[in-house]
Amino acid sequence: MSQRDWPLYEVFVRARNGMSHRHVGSVHAADPAMAVEMARDVYTRRSEGVSLWVVPSAAIIASDPRDKDVMFETMGDKIYRHPTFYDIPADVKNI
Amino acid sequence: MYTQGLNIEAGDKSIPLEDRNSALMQRFQSRIDAEEKVEPTDWMPEGYRKTLIRQISQHAHSEIVGMLPEGNWITRAPSLRRKMILLAKVQDEGGHGLYLYSAAETLGISRAELIDQLLTGKAKYSSIFNYPTPTWADVGAIGWLVDGAAIMNQVPLCRCSYGPYARAMIRVCKEESFHQRQGYEIMIALSQGTAEQKRMAQEALNRWWWPSLMMFGPSDAASLHSSQNMAWKIKRVSNDELRQKFVDVTVPQAEFLGLTVPDPDLRWNGETGHYEFGEIDWTEFNQVLAGNGPCNRDRMKKRRKAHDDGAWVREAALAHAEKRRARQAMTAAAAE
Repeated sequence: MSQRDWPLYEVFVRARNGMSHRHVGSVHAADPAMAVEMARDVYTRRSEGVSLWVVPSAAIIASDPRDKDVMFETMGDKIYRHPTFYDIPADVKNI
Repeated sequence: MYTQGLNIEAGDKSIPLEDRNSALMQRFQSRIDAEEKVEPTDWMPEGYRKTLIRQISQHAHSEIVGMLPEGNWITRAPSLRRKMILLAKVQDEGGHGLYLYSAAETLGISRAELIDQLLTGKAKYSSIFNYPTPTWADVGAIGWLVDGAAIMNQVPLCRCSYGPYARAMIRVCKEESFHQRQGYEIMIALSQGTAEQKRMAQEALNRWWWPSLMMFGPSDAASLHSSQNMAWKIKRVSNDELRQKFVDVTVPQAEFLGLTVPDPDLRWNGETGHYEFGEIDWTEFNQVLAGNGPCNRDRMKKRRKAHDDGAWVREAALAHAEKRRARQAMTAAAAE
C-alpha cells in the first residue's frame, strides 16, 4: 500500500492588508499550483487570509539548532543596544 | 479528537519507559517543568517521540474516519441549510486530520507511513466512530455529545508540551465549537417537534450517551503510562476528571431538551457539586477497540476503498507535474 508522498510545502498566510505573511502549517501537493489550492482549503476556511504563499519545505534554509547559543545568546549582554540603557535627566524632553 | 492514543494496553512494549535519571532526561524534564515548548529539532526522549507519533496520528485518523458516520447523511440532510452546515462540518474534520498529520510528520514519520498504519489496522482511531448513524437525530447527537466530549479532551491539549501539536490543537479548538452548537441546534429542533421527532432525539441520545463517556478512555486506575504522559505534559488532565466535567456540563443540556439521560444511577450530589453516574460497560469498550464494534469493519473497508480508488489520481497528478517540469526545462534550454 506504500506509495510516494507528494512533496511538502510550507504555508504562509497574510491575515489582513498591511500585515506580513505568517507561517501557519504545511500541505502535501503534486505541484505549486495545487499547493496553493490545498492551502486555501486547509488554512483559510474562515476568512483567515487575503493572500497565500507556499514554499517547498526543502527550499527552506534554517539555522542549526545546535548553534542556538552561539547564534543568539551573545546578544543577551548587549543591553546598550536598547534605548532604556541610557540615563537621560527627567528635565530633558522629547528624547 | 481525543486522547485514546495515550491509553496503552497491558503487554504493549512499543513505547519504552525511560531512565529518568540520565542527564539529558533531567534537562528535558526541567524544560517541560518550566512550561517550555518542545520543538521538532530539539532533543527528546525516544518514548516522548513515540508517544506523540502514536497520539497525534491516532488523533488524525479519528478525524478522517470521523467523516464517515456524518458524511453518510450529507445527501439526505432535511434542508439546504442543514446540508451546507453538515458539508462545512465534515470538511472541517478533514482539515483537522490534515493539521494533525502535518504535526505528526514533524516527528520524523512520513504521511505515507501514517496512512499505511491506519489502513493496515496497525494504528487505531477513536472508538466512537464505530457506532452507526441510522437517523438524522444521530447527526445532532454526534455534534452535541461527540464533539462536546472532543472539546473537553482537546482544550487541555492546546497546552501540550509539544509545540506543533499544541498549535494544531488551538486551530482545531477554534473550529470545534461550531460543530457542537450546530448539533445541539438539531437536537433542539427535534425535541420541540412532533412526538415522533422527539422520540428520534431520545433514541439518538440513548445510542450515543455511553459511547461518548467511553471516549475519555479507561478509568485512571486502569490507565498505563498515564503518570509519564502527565509528567511530560502531553496529557494534562486525567481521563476520569475530564469525563466528570463532561457529565456535569451535559446533563443540564439534556434536561433543557426534555430528554432523559439513559442512566438509572445518574443523580446530583449537592455535597460534591458533581453528578454521580453509573458504571461504564468496559467489556463493550474493549470489544470496540479490538475491532468488534458495530461498524469497525465497514469503516475500514470504506477508508481502504477510498484510498485505492484515489491511487490513480495521486499518481497522475505527480506524473503531470513531472511532465510539465520537464517541458518547462526544455523550453528554457531552447531559449538560451
